[in-house]
Amino acid sequence: MNAAALPLPTRKDEGYRYADLAALETVWPAAVQVVRVPAGKSAALSLIADGNGPEAREIAITLEDGAVFDLRLLNAGAAYGRIGVTVTLGKGADFTLGAAQLGGGAQTLEVVTEVTHAEPDAQSRQIVRSVLGGHATGTYLGRVAVARGAIGTDAEQSVRAMLLDRTATANARPELEIFADDVKCAHGCAVGELDAQGLFYLQSRGLPPADAKKLMLQAFIAEAFVGAADEDALTQAALKALEGLL
Amino acid sequence: MLQIDNLSNEIAGKAILKGLSLTVNAGEIHAIMGPNGAGKSTLAYTLGGRPGYEVTGGSVAFEGADLLAMEPHERAAAGLFLGFQYPVEIPGVSNVQFLREALNAQRKGRGEAPLSGGEFLKLAKEKAGLLRMDMDMLKRPVNVGFSGGEKKRAEMVQMGILDPRLAILDETDSGLDIDALRICGEGINAIMRKPDKAVLLITHYQRLLDYVKPDFVHVLAGGRIVKSGGPELALELEQHGYEAVAA
Repeated sequence: MNAAALPLPTRKDEGYRYADLAALETVWPAAVQVVRVPAGKSAALSLIADGNGPEAREIAITLEDGAVFDLRLLNAGAAYGRIGVTVTLGKGADFTLGAAQLGGGAQTLEVVTEVTHAEPDAQSRQIVRSVLGGHATGTYLGRVAVARGAIGTDAEQSVRAMLLDRTATANARPELEIFADDVKCAHGCAVGELDAQGLFYLQSRGLPPADAKKLMLQAFIAEAFVGAADEDALTQAALKALEGLL
Repeated sequence: MLQIDNLSNEIAGKAILKGLSLTVNAGEIHAIMGPNGAGKSTLAYTLGGRPGYEVTGGSVAFEGADLLAMEPHERAAAGLFLGFQYPVEIPGVSNVQFLREALNAQRKGRGEAPLSGGEFLKLAKEKAGLLRMDMDMLKRPVNVGFSGGEKKRAEMVQMGILDPRLAILDETDSGLDIDALRICGEGINAIMRKPDKAVLLITHYQRLLDYVKPDFVHVLAGGRIVKSGGPELALELEQHGYEAVAA
């Protein structure tokens, strides 16, 4: 079956449960970017999605034995933005994902990952931070699959969302599917609002409310970009998107 | 400098301050003492403009302007500093970045030019030295992982950098060991004991007043000032307790 013949997903497809299907249809099927990191090599990719129209991307990553890959995503397009990531890790491979989603208005943003630890001793870390205002919806669906025999796996998912308005929605579903013993899999997930005490503290020192919020949110999303090769470019782009939200 | 007239307020519908009046002039240090639950911290937060502290009556004039009409950041720009009893931790935000932005926001509010990074660091270093605080600590996130004493010293460094006209210090002495108490006391004197500045010192104990000598001491009980006097009043309170003195 060629790509063009792929049927449009429906709500029943788990990975598309929260998608903006009408917007998805306009860009369907998503172009697939294939990444293969050879054994023992390192590579990195940063993707800044902050365009005006709907966007859907798929990144299919294969890490051979001992390969290292560092992926950073800023998902802040003005309309629908979907980034799908599938990763297969070889023996001793190392995968890092740092993603920030910033949305307001009626935006729908989603990062959907499927990380497969196919062989022993591989590591994966996923850090996803979402800031959502207005009627925006931000979703993270992340499945970590540990194959039979993939002992020594170390997988971690840290998912946090900050809602600026009560009308915004965050969906977070970290998922583990483990078929091996002796593995370490951790996931944490939290949805909250900016700490009112912290905001008052910053304001009492002279920061206007919008600047105080920006400072706190900047720190919140920085966790997704810390240590990236182009941390500055990502941070600047995120800051610009953040200013649009406040 | 500060004129509080018949101030009443409530938090979540419960009346706390009940007609409190107090005048603080430039060059003066006032201590406010009182039993737990008297409304001391409420007074500090109300003057700082904390949300949820609803003023139900009275007025507060600061340098002639209506303080209660200002937003918290406008109060800061006008020269008011609130020292927190429990300074708040802000993960991920460095002290240096936060204080530089805060100071420059205040300067902007007053129509002054912003300080450059170099100028700011020089100022921060000087004030940190005053409180014997390592500059490395100021590069760390605001109050995160600081001990109780370090938090209070960091508050005083902030006060030094922001250089307010009026400091309202809410139990700055709580959680301090003997050395930190002396360092904070000396810091308050160095920064605030000036003819054009004033301090409102909220405390439970005489010991901070050994270092920062007040010109006036007030007893706050049941939401009002029930007794005022000179420094000797604090000693009397220490000896005989609030009940005996304020009765």
